[in-house]
Amino acid sequence: MTDPHPPYLSPGYKSTVLRAPAQPLVMPKLGPDAIELSGPVFGEHELGLLDHDLTKQHAGDPIGERIIVTGRVTDPDGRPIPNTLVEVWQANAAGRYIHLNEQHDAPLDPNFTGAGRCLTDAEGRYKFITIRPGAYPWGNHHNAWRPAHIHFSVFGRAFTQRLVTQMYFPNDPLFPFDPIFNSIPDEKARERLICRFDMDTTVPEWALAYQWDIVLGRVPMENEG
Amino acid sequence: MISPSQTVGPFFGYALPYGDGPYITPEWRPDAIMLRGSVLDGAGQPLPDALVEVWQPDGGGAVQQRRGGALRRAAAPFSGFGRCPTDKAGGYFFSLVKPGPLNDDSAPYISMMVLARGLLKPVFTRVYFPGEPRNATDPLLAQIDPARRDTLIAEPDGDERTYRFDVRLQGDGETVFLAF
Repeated sequence: MTDPHPPYLSPGYKSTVLRAPAQPLVMPKLGPDAIELSGPVFGEHELGLLDHDLTKQHAGDPIGERIIVTGRVTDPDGRPIPNTLVEVWQANAAGRYIHLNEQHDAPLDPNFTGAGRCLTDAEGRYKFITIRPGAYPWGNHHNAWRPAHIHFSVFGRAFTQRLVTQMYFPNDPLFPFDPIFNSIPDEKARERLICRFDMDTTVPEWALAYQWDIVLGRVPMENEG
Repeated sequence: MISPSQTVGPFFGYALPYGDGPYITPEWRPDAIMLRGSVLDGAGQPLPDALVEVWQPDGGGAVQQRRGGALRRAAAPFSGFGRCPTDKAGGYFFSLVKPGPLNDDSAPYISMMVLARGLLKPVFTRVYFPGEPRNATDPLLAQIDPARRDTLIAEPDGDERTYRFDVRLQGDGETVFLAF
């Protein structure tokens, strides 16, 4: 199977030029150790009751289009990965992050932080309630805009199985112009980061829904020799 | 059908870091050690927007996977997971326990991962400790080009309970990064 991931060096995304490792990666001859084949196990008691609902973290309702985002976390064989921590963060409906270094001239929303956490259930399912994020400009090149996206961090079973990525929305006109999205060489792999509209999960009079499954890489085989 | 990686970007700072993140064990514990360092780019400039994560066995070399203890440390089982964003000077720190070796052949080390704006996927490495007799026979260290081996070994930093480990993403002294 070809490597689905982008290379470290992708010059169209300028920040990679001085940050991409230049030396080849080293594969341990004996394979990964027990610590690299395992990972932290998080507990429900460590999360807040509203951590998964980004629309309920303040006194009022955030501005924007309320959406439900659901999906499953599985391994490449389709087996669910239960009880794994999924973390999300995103811009608000106007395309503004609450982050201190964010300079985009768009309004903050006092009722929206844009960060959430949940654990997958026994079938590997996750669910967030949030606001559809806006596109935003960035300084990579003249008139550069990021397609709307939600950042995801997923732990999986092993420290080395970790995935940090971004979920995009269908039919975004900014796709052809985004060097981060296009850093993934394979078109089919890029498309796997685009969620689908999910009529079945919409709630009448309340929210639209999107569905996006996450497939983690295989846990490397433990050395048996 | 694996989902491809994308950069963590510059704006994770309000979402991923958490108060207990760098404190795998409290600093006041007699067995606590400090691991600190900087994340540097190919021009030697510090990264103020990187996220460093570590995962370690306990002092006896046992992997602890009891549920909980990483996001909220108090009154929870020991978790060997830690997370620290770099500061404006590219610095990170962890208060942790010196890990025991995982098996009879290997030297003790901490597994480390770095995410950052400009990194389209994480880099993985191992943090070994100076002066460990087993460093001479550790299978991974033995396979590394001797000219680059020291990039995987922390340095003493001031006192016997403080170690420094800089991560150089590119260029002179580039840290050895691992593939699995």
